[in-house]
Amino acid sequence: MDLSTDYMGLALRNPLVASASPLSHTVDGVRRLADAGVGAVVLHSLFEEELAEEAARNARLVEAGRNSFAESLSYFPETAGEEPGPRRYLSLLERAASAVEIPVIASLNGVTPGGWTGYARAMQDAGAVAIELNVYYLPGDPNVSGREVERRHIEILQLVKGAVRVPVAVKLSPYFSSTGEMARQLDAAGADALVLFNRFLHPDIDPESLSVQPGIGLSTRTEARLPRTWIALLHGRLNAALAASTGVEEPDDLAMYLLAGADVVMTTSSLLRHGSEHATVLLDGLSAWMGRKGFGTVGEVRGKLAVPHGSDEAAHERAGYVTALRAANVSAYGPW
Amino acid sequence: MRVTLDGNEAAASVAYRLNEVCCIYPITPASPMAELADEWASKKQPNVWGSVPVVVEMQSEGGAAGALHGALQGGALSTTFTASQGLLLMIPDMYKIAGELTPTVFHVAARSLAAQALSIFGDHSDVMAVRQTGFAMLASSSVQEAHDLAAVAQAATLSTRVPFVHFFDGFRTSHELNSIEVLTDDDLRALVPEELTGAHRERALSPERPFIRGTSMNPDVYFQARESSNPFYARIPGLVVEAMDGLAGRTGRHYRLVDYAGHPEAELVVIMMGSGAETARETVLHLAATGERVGVVTVRLYRPFPTEALLEVLPQTASRIAVLDRTKEPGSVGEPLFLDVVGALVEAHSSTKRAVMPFVTGGRYGLASKEFTPGMVAGVFDELRQERPRRPFTVGITDDVSGSSLSYDASLDIEPPDTLRAVFFGLGADGTVGANKNTIKILGDEEDLYAQGYFVYDSKKSGSQTVSHLRFGPRPIRAPYLVDKASFIGCHHFGMLERAEVLSRAAHGATLLLNSPYSASELWDELTRPVQQQIIAEEIQLYVIDASRIAREAGLGERVNTVLQTCFFAISGVLERAEAIARVKAAIAKSYGRQGTAVVEANLRAVDHAVEGLERVEVPQRVSSRTEPAPLVPADAPEFVQKVTATMMAGRGDELAVSTLPPDGTWPSGTAAYEKRKISDLVALWDPELCIQCGKCSFVCPHSVIRSKYYDRSQLAGAPDTFRSVPLVARGLPETGYTLQVYVDDCTGCALCVEACPAVAPGDASRKAINLARLEPLAAAERENIAFFETLPVAERSRVDFGTVRGTQFLQPLFEFSGACTGCGETPYLKLLSQLFGDRAVIANATGCSSIYGGNLPTTPWTTDADGRGPAWSNSLFEDNAEFGLGLRLAADRHVELARRRLGELRDELGGEFVDAILEAPQFSESEFRAQRERVAELEHRLTALDGPSVVDLLSVVDHLVRRSVWIVGGDGWAYDIGFGGLDHVLASGHDVNMLVLDTEVYSNTGGQMSKATPLGAVAKFAAAGKTVEKKDIALQAIAYGNVYVARVAMGADPEQTLRAFREAEAYQGPSLIIAYCHCIAHGIDMRNGLDQQYRAVASGYWPLIRYDPMVRASGGNPFLLDSPRPRLALAGYTGRELRYSTLANSDPAEAERLGGLAQAAVSRRWDIYEEMATRPAHHFPADARKDR
Repeated sequence: MDLSTDYMGLALRNPLVASASPLSHTVDGVRRLADAGVGAVVLHSLFEEELAEEAARNARLVEAGRNSFAESLSYFPETAGEEPGPRRYLSLLERAASAVEIPVIASLNGVTPGGWTGYARAMQDAGAVAIELNVYYLPGDPNVSGREVERRHIEILQLVKGAVRVPVAVKLSPYFSSTGEMARQLDAAGADALVLFNRFLHPDIDPESLSVQPGIGLSTRTEARLPRTWIALLHGRLNAALAASTGVEEPDDLAMYLLAGADVVMTTSSLLRHGSEHATVLLDGLSAWMGRKGFGTVGEVRGKLAVPHGSDEAAHERAGYVTALRAANVSAYGPW
Repeated sequence: MRVTLDGNEAAASVAYRLNEVCCIYPITPASPMAELADEWASKKQPNVWGSVPVVVEMQSEGGAAGALHGALQGGALSTTFTASQGLLLMIPDMYKIAGELTPTVFHVAARSLAAQALSIFGDHSDVMAVRQTGFAMLASSSVQEAHDLAAVAQAATLSTRVPFVHFFDGFRTSHELNSIEVLTDDDLRALVPEELTGAHRERALSPERPFIRGTSMNPDVYFQARESSNPFYARIPGLVVEAMDGLAGRTGRHYRLVDYAGHPEAELVVIMMGSGAETARETVLHLAATGERVGVVTVRLYRPFPTEALLEVLPQTASRIAVLDRTKEPGSVGEPLFLDVVGALVEAHSSTKRAVMPFVTGGRYGLASKEFTPGMVAGVFDELRQERPRRPFTVGITDDVSGSSLSYDASLDIEPPDTLRAVFFGLGADGTVGANKNTIKILGDEEDLYAQGYFVYDSKKSGSQTVSHLRFGPRPIRAPYLVDKASFIGCHHFGMLERAEVLSRAAHGATLLLNSPYSASELWDELTRPVQQQIIAEEIQLYVIDASRIAREAGLGERVNTVLQTCFFAISGVLERAEAIARVKAAIAKSYGRQGTAVVEANLRAVDHAVEGLERVEVPQRVSSRTEPAPLVPADAPEFVQKVTATMMAGRGDELAVSTLPPDGTWPSGTAAYEKRKISDLVALWDPELCIQCGKCSFVCPHSVIRSKYYDRSQLAGAPDTFRSVPLVARGLPETGYTLQVYVDDCTGCALCVEACPAVAPGDASRKAINLARLEPLAAAERENIAFFETLPVAERSRVDFGTVRGTQFLQPLFEFSGACTGCGETPYLKLLSQLFGDRAVIANATGCSSIYGGNLPTTPWTTDADGRGPAWSNSLFEDNAEFGLGLRLAADRHVELARRRLGELRDELGGEFVDAILEAPQFSESEFRAQRERVAELEHRLTALDGPSVVDLLSVVDHLVRRSVWIVGGDGWAYDIGFGGLDHVLASGHDVNMLVLDTEVYSNTGGQMSKATPLGAVAKFAAAGKTVEKKDIALQAIAYGNVYVARVAMGADPEQTLRAFREAEAYQGPSLIIAYCHCIAHGIDMRNGLDQQYRAVASGYWPLIRYDPMVRASGGNPFLLDSPRPRLALAGYTGRELRYSTLANSDPAEAERLGGLAQAAVSRRWDIYEEMATRPAHHFPADARKDR
C-alpha cells in the first residue's frame, strides 16, 4: 500500500501528521512519534507572549534580593538573568530535526510583527522544513471588525512569507463570517497550506469554587464534522494544501478526511489519549481500509467525496445542507 | 584603558589571567573574586597563555588550600581568593607551601576575625594571623593597586619562589568602585615571562624525574633545613622592586616597597598599610601644603619586612612616629606593624645607621570597617604633638574604659571642591544600588571624569536599607571613606527622611531629591519639625517626585531606581541634561537588554515620566511643623535597649562608647521585639468569621507575627472596639474566646499565611480567613489590639496539645521578628523549635543565614517567655558547629551527673522521697516538665536552709535537673560541606543532640553558591552549567549508623509530619538529624509560592518525607517510615517553576533535558530504594549498640 503523499511540497511517507502537543516537547517525544510511523511532526507552538512573560518573571526573580545585603549582592550566576528568548525552542527544533528522518514543522504564535518574522526566520535556520502559523487570535474586543481580524491574518502571513524560504501554513479558527473567502484570501496571499481548524481552549466556570477554569479538553470525533465539511468545500479550489485537524480517533477518521479532500490529517487528542504508538494503529487501519476498498494510493482516496466543482455549486451545497438537516430532524435529534 | 570596577574584580582580573587553577571556597568579602573567575571560566575566557583556567569550589578553605597545594606540586599556576576565618583554615597548608618554596598568590580581601562577635567587615586581623607562615605579604591601598600589585605579586612569587599573600581592605577596597587603568594581556605576559612559569613546572612532581617532597625530619637536620631557605627570602625585596619597576616601565605607575609622601623634613610621621594609608596620604599632602612638617609612610611589602626600604624613605627629621595597625593583638606590647617598625628602628639605631631613635607610638584604627577619615589622621598628628603622646592609642572610637582614644575634628574636609559628592538613601528592593552602579559606569567612562562608588547595607535581609556614596571628579579619586558633606542627597523613600543620617550628610546648600507621595505644594506640611529646621538652616534645595507612582505605572513595581537616577542626572548638572538623559537610556538598554525588550521599554517609559514629574519645592523660611519624630523604642524598654540598642537602630552606633558595650560578646535576648520596622505596606489581616482555627497561618509564618491565644471571655473586659474575638472551636469550652492577632508593624507581607490558609469565603474564592490588607488604615487600631492581646494570658504549656499543628500555635514563639528574607523558608522551623522546646533549649548555630538573622545586631530574635526562660543561643564558627553543640551536651551531661550525685549525698537532709521524686522523674511531656520544675524550685528553697560544699555545688548546677534540649542548627553549607566531618562524627558519637539542617540546597548567606546539597541539574554559582552530581543523601548516611534518629521534613507538604519529627527527635535519647526543606530566595521563586514548592517537591518524589526511629527497631518494628505518598507529579512539575532549573533550560536546553531526565530517573530510583526499606524487617537495619541508652 502506498501511503506517501505531498504536503506543501514536502514528501511525507504517509498523510498522518502529529500536530502541536506536549508529545513534541522533547526530542525523545518526537522520536517516539516518528517511530510510531507518523508522516511528519508539528512541534508545539512557540508563544512569543510567553517568552516575554518569562523574561519579565526571570528578571524579577534575579533582581529579588540583589544589592540588598552585603554578603549576598546577587543569588545567581550572571547568566541567569538573561532573556530566555527562543533558544529552548530552537534547540529542541534543531535536535528533533536531526534526530528523525521525517519532516519537523515548527509552529509559531507571535505577538509583534518583529516577533513573527524574527522567530520564523530563526526556526528556518534551526532546521524547520516548514512553519505553521498558529494565529491564535481571539477578538474579544467587540469594537474590532471582522475585516480587521481578516486583515491581521493576511498581514501576518505576508510578513512571514517575506521573511522565510520554507513553506508556511496557516492554522485557522472556524470563526469567520465567510470561512471560504478567508481561505481564498490566505491562498492568494501565498499560504502554502491551511490547517482547519484551530480549537480554541474554552474556559469554563466552576460553580462550586466560583472560579473560571481553563478548559483543556481533547477533541472528540463529532467535532471533525465542521473541518471536514470545509475541507470538502475547499478541496480543489485553492493552491494551498489542506490539513485536517480535530476529532481523529480511529482509522476511519483518517479515511473520512482524505475522502473529503485533506492532503494530510493531523491528530493530537488521540495520541495524547492512547500514546504515540496509536499512530501505528491509525496507519495500519488506514492501510487495511484502503486494501478493503481497493485503493492503492492516497491520491486515489483524496477528495473522492469532496464537494464537486462545476456548474451549480450553490445547489450542491444547498442540497447537502438541506439533506443533512432533514436527516438530523428525523433521526439523530428527533423531531421538534 | 580606563574602566570602572571594584577591588575584587581588579585583583581577580589579573589573578585569573595569570593562573591555570583556582581552588576556592565562598567567604565574604572575597567571594566575588571567585565568582568572577568562575563566570569567566564558564564563558571560556582564556588566561594570557591561551588556556581556560579551572575554578574548583571545595568543601572548605582548608580543602581549597589542600587542593591548591596539590595543584602547585603538580606544576600548575594556582591561586585562591579568601578572607578571615577562611584564611585561618588555610594556615596549615600555608606553612607547607612556603616551606617547599612554592610560588602562588593568595588574594585576600582582608577582614575581621570572629572574636567577641563575627564581623564580615574589613581590617587586617586575618592577614596578620598568617604573617608567620613564611608567605611574603603585599598590601594594596586602592582599587588600582589591587589590580597592579596582583600582577607584581604573581611576578615576584615566580621569581622568588616564595608564596605571596596579596591583600587589600575588605569592602572598603574590595567593594569600592573606582576608575582605574587596566593591564592588558601583553602587559601581564611581559611582567610574568614564560621562563618563570616553565621553571615552576620543572619543579613539579613527575614520575619521569621522581623525587620525594614532604619528608619527616628528625632533630639532626630539621633546624638546618629550616634555615636553608633564608637566601630566597633575602632576595624578595629586590625582586619585588624589579617587578614594580617592570610595571612602571609599561604603565608609568610606579610603586615602591615602602612609599613616603609629605614634607621632606617631616617631624611627625604616620606609618600604615592598606586603604587607610591612602586617606593618610591625601591628608598629609593637604597639611603639608600649608607648611606642616608631617609625612606618611605607606608599607606595601610587609613580609619580609623591608627594614632597609623603610629606613631609606623615613625622613631623618622624623622625631615622632605613630604606627597605625588595623588589627588588635590583645596582650601584646603593640600590634604587628608597630612592633616591626620599632624593631627596624631599634636595629638601625643600635647599629648606628640612625643617629636618633625617634619616639614611636602605636595605635589601632578602623577595625571591622570602622571609618578612617582625614579628621582622624589629623587627630593622630595632634596627638604626636602632645608632650606625652598616648601609647598605645585608638582612633575613631570613644574609649572611656581604657582611655586610649584620641579626640579629633570630624569636620575636617580635604576634598577638592570640584569633586561632586552624592549620597543616596534607598531600600535593597528598590534597585537604588544597582542604578548608582550604573551611574558610575556611565560617568566613569567619560574621558575627563573619574568616579568612585561605595555602598553600605544594613544587617537585615528583608526591608534592608542601603546608602550609596558616590564621587565624581576630574582627577582620580583617592578618598576611601564615606561621603560626609554631599552636595546631592537622594532620599528614595519618604519615611527614610527621618533617619538622622540623611540630612546630616548634606553640605550647606545641597540639593535634596525626595521620593514623595506629596506634591511640591503639599510637602512642607508633611515634614517633621527637625527636618524643616535642618532644611532651612542648611539652605537645602528641595526637589520632589512621586517616583513610586511613576515606577508602578511604568510597570516597574517598587523599583524606583530608574526614575530617581534620571532625576539625579536632570538636576545634579554632572552632565548636560539632554545628553545625560540619552546616556541613561543607553545604559538601560545595555543593562536590561538581556532581560528582554519589555523590561527595557518599561524602564525607558519611567525615564520619560521622571523628567515630567520632577518638581522644585519653594522652601518656606519658617518652621511650621509641630510634629516630632516618634521614639525608636518604647519608653518601657529596658535601659540597655534604650541606651545601646536604640542608638544602633538609629544608625548612630559609631557614637557608642566602649563602656556601653558588653566586653565578652554577651548580649540580651529578645531585642527584635523593640524594632518595629514596618517594612511592608501590605500586612496580614484575620477574618474571624471565616477562620476554622487550624493554626496553619501562624505555623508557617516566618516572622512570628501571627499569634493565637484562647482565654476566658470574661477577660475581654476593656478590649478595644476593634479587637477580634470568636468562640474557641473546642468542645466543652463554651466560655472560651479565641483570637488570632497579627503584629502588623513586624509583618513583612510575605503572604505565606494566605497561601497556607485552607478556609475560603463562600461566594468569593479570592478571600480567605487571612488576607493581605493595607497597613496604613489598620495600623493605629491594631497597635491597640496588640497591646490588649499582650495582656491576655499565654496558654499554660501543659494544657496545650503538642501533637497537632493547631495545638502548638498556642505556644509562645521564642524566636520572633527576625530580619530574614520576606517569606523565608528556614525561620518557620526555628520558630517551631522555639515553641516546642525553647524554654529548655541550648542552641549551637552554624555561621550562615540562620546565624545572621539569628544573631546580627542591632536586634536579635531569640527571646524569652514570661518566666524569663528561652533558648540560649550561640554561634561558634561555620565549620565546627556540630562539635560545638556536642560540647554543650557534654557539659550538660557532666552537670546532670554532678547534680544527681550531690542530690544523692544530701538525701538525708532533703528527704529520701523528695530526692527520689526528682531523680526518677520522667521528663517528656509538658506536665512532667512542669512537675519537675516545681520540684527543683522546692529543692532550691530547701537548699537555702542548708550549707556545705555539696549544697553550693548542687546549687550551681541545679537547673540541669530539668532536662535540657541541645540543638545544633545550620544550613546545608555547614551540614553537607564544611561541617560535614563534624556532623558525621557527632552523629556517630551516640550523644543526645538534635541536629536541624535548614536545607536550602545552596550557600544562601553568601549568595547562592553550590553545595553538596545542590540538586542535579540545578544552576548555582560554581555550577553555572547545571550541577552534574546528585545531592548527597545524608539521611541514608545517618541511618547507616543504626542509633541515629533521622527525619526528612517539608513543612509546606505535611506540617503534622514535621511536628511529629521534631518531637520524636527531641525525645530520642541519642543523636537526631532532621533535614528540613527550606524554600529560598536563591531558588528563583516568588517566595509567596514557597509552601507550594515544598508540596511539589514532596509530591514529585524529589523530597520523600521519612522518619527513621531506632526505638522502633529496638522494639522489633521497621524503624524506617516513608511518610509521603508515591510520586504523583513529574519532577518537571516541581523543578519547572524555579529559576535555578529553568535558567539552564534557557542557556543550554539540550543539557537541561539530559540532566532533567537523569534527575527524574534518580528520583524514581531513590523512591524504589526507600519503598524497599519501608518494607524490610527490623533485623535488616543496624542495631543500636549503646549499652546505657
